[in-house]
Amino acid sequence: MNFELTEERQMLQDSLRRYLGDTVTPEMLANATESEAGHSETLWSGLAEMGVIGALFSEEDGGFGGAGFDLAVVFEEIGRAGAFEPLIASGVLAGGLLAAEGSEAQKARVEEVIGGAILGFAHSEPGARYDLDHVETTATRDGDGWRLTGRKTVVEHAGAADAFVVSARTGGDTADAEGISLFLVPADAESLAIRDYPLNGGGRAGEVTLDGVTVSQDALIGAEGAAFPAIEEAAARATCAICAEALGLMESIRGLTVDYLKQRKQFGQPIGKFQALQHRMADVLIEIEQARSAVINLAGHLETDRVKRERHVSATKNLIGRVARLVVEEAIQLHGGIGMTEEYALGHLAKRLTMVDHRFGDTDYHLERFIRLSAA
Amino acid sequence: MDLTYTDEQKAFREEVRAFLNEKLPARLSDKVATGKRLTKADYEEWHAILNARGWLGVTWPKEFGGTGWDAVQRHIFEEETTRAHAPRIVPFGLNMLGPVLMKYGSKEQQDHYLPRILNGEDWWCQGYSEPGAGSDLAAVKTTAVREGDHYIVNGQKTWTTLGQHADMIFCLVRTSKEGKPQEGISFLLIDMNTPGVEVRPIVLIDGEAEVNEVWLQDVKVPVENLVGEENKGWTYAKYLLTHERTNIAGVGFANTALENLRRIARLEKSGGRPLIENPFFAAKLAQVEIDLMAMATTNLRTIAAAAAGQAPGAESSMLKIKGTVIRQEINALTRQAVGPYALPFVSEALDEGSNVEPVGPDYALPATQAYFNNRKLSIYGGSNEVQRQIISKAILEL
Repeated sequence: MNFELTEERQMLQDSLRRYLGDTVTPEMLANATESEAGHSETLWSGLAEMGVIGALFSEEDGGFGGAGFDLAVVFEEIGRAGAFEPLIASGVLAGGLLAAEGSEAQKARVEEVIGGAILGFAHSEPGARYDLDHVETTATRDGDGWRLTGRKTVVEHAGAADAFVVSARTGGDTADAEGISLFLVPADAESLAIRDYPLNGGGRAGEVTLDGVTVSQDALIGAEGAAFPAIEEAAARATCAICAEALGLMESIRGLTVDYLKQRKQFGQPIGKFQALQHRMADVLIEIEQARSAVINLAGHLETDRVKRERHVSATKNLIGRVARLVVEEAIQLHGGIGMTEEYALGHLAKRLTMVDHRFGDTDYHLERFIRLSAA
Repeated sequence: MDLTYTDEQKAFREEVRAFLNEKLPARLSDKVATGKRLTKADYEEWHAILNARGWLGVTWPKEFGGTGWDAVQRHIFEEETTRAHAPRIVPFGLNMLGPVLMKYGSKEQQDHYLPRILNGEDWWCQGYSEPGAGSDLAAVKTTAVREGDHYIVNGQKTWTTLGQHADMIFCLVRTSKEGKPQEGISFLLIDMNTPGVEVRPIVLIDGEAEVNEVWLQDVKVPVENLVGEENKGWTYAKYLLTHERTNIAGVGFANTALENLRRIARLEKSGGRPLIENPFFAAKLAQVEIDLMAMATTNLRTIAAAAAGQAPGAESSMLKIKGTVIRQEINALTRQAVGPYALPFVSEALDEGSNVEPVGPDYALPATQAYFNNRKLSIYGGSNEVQRQIISKAILEL
């Protein structure tokens, strides 16, 4: 039993925390969402130079990490800073799928991703809600290549992506796990349109419409019709990442709130002296420790067999969702009016943490899934 | 014990319904129902419609041009207007300042200001909170110093709701530093167009600028704008707060929010079936509905007591806590119901006549905004912690 980070991961954590602490400002985050890229290009190139994107990939894929605890270390720091760079979209999802399933030629793109090239993962569709197997977009044979038609929704960082990993059905029905294939599609492909917009909690996404986009035979990633297990595993890794990000957000929110309880005076004393508020903050602390343990559980089981892994995915995402709501609502309440403002640092962090429950399945979705997986 | 309304009350409800059917413009009720932005003109339009019928001064006695309704009638009116998605009545002049002027204002002040509140000439806002005076309202620091026929006012007010639309602000100001903090406060009416008054918007986490900071620098206010006596403002301020807490339970708002949630949960699909049929979601929805059913009756019990002439006491604190917790839970479930479409923030789509389409269903962004915006419910009007303190002192005598 050892819950210490390895020396390498400790160094990564220290240097990343220092870099983000020195670099990220509220203005930078606000400008990033407004910018065309939808994230901070300064921050993104800084992270690439530090090797942070490489930490998301194994050595054999050209990185120097890639395990669950590497994801946990990186994303806790990203969350602590309130940053929203395309690490999950490009690194964990699109890049991860290329590394896992891609041909030798496609794997060459992984090196570019590690260097800072941005890929998007165009998978979710209107009506899918959080179901990973809900794919209506079709890919049909078109001469030597493929023709893709469908609509992808809330594709994060779509506007900044050079290319997309697109899921499409080559067989089966809308909600079948069988029959889903992956394709690598350039963002500037003909008949591909993007409607780009800002997100609650920072960053941008887009609606991606494929209106008969043609790609060559070698755009297919992995075996035809057999992509679902890889998508599920990539989503498991993304869930680990976003749960660690949520943990970092919680830690920052806790810090701000405790400081505020000490500084804010009403009725002649700091409000942190009121026992009613002390007890509530103590409960917040207990729940954040639960969240940390849940992230460790998931990070430590990403490389196990499917059912065990997915049980941890759902357990952790459910718990994080519950704790996130508590932390957000208590932090705003304990701050009072100032906690409701866009300008004060809590606003962004609280919104970003709230939105964690709207990505990769919410609290109820994972509760139901956990029960189902436990019965299996 | 009789849980039914009298025939007169039922007839009154029909009268209100008929009025709303006929007079509430569909343009306004559509905006309210779909969570679109209301403009100053929208509120003014609705106020004028109510005023033409003599129904704007809901809480006012007839002698001042009000309805003279009792507590049950006011409750029925509130239920029907929220159900019909009417814009809310802007409370600052009508529910807050009006009653204070009727009780403590001079004859001149009553004659001048009360008709102007009804006919829309003055839009009032509230100058109570300050950066250092929130829950501890008696800590106000804004000063008013008498110089001849004027007070010179300096300070800063905050969380001034819809202050950007206001012509007038009623302020708590410090006129004395002697004695207890409560003893040196006065109640002053200030024209927002006076030199030295500056309004700065505060953007909240829903992205909207609903509240403001109001800066007051060497603002000259005629002494006749003092309400009642100098240094007695705390008494008037407390009286106002009991009126601010009228309809504090927000049963009508909770009912329409629950109806909206049900509508969304029928439209949203989870695993191929409507979300409302998902047992996990349905259980939470049922739970909050059960809580609301009981709270609505607690509210009616208080209303019946008030109609029987009992003075409102600490039960308004109970209603405030329970009412806000229930509304916030409905808001949280609604946010959850919209799923991934809670993410897109396409704010332009909320303006009337905008040609920007929302991303996903049109109810998604208003659902997210209502969740964030209504975190204020447990903070304003005396935070829920302050209300618990009132209950433990006034009812439990701890």
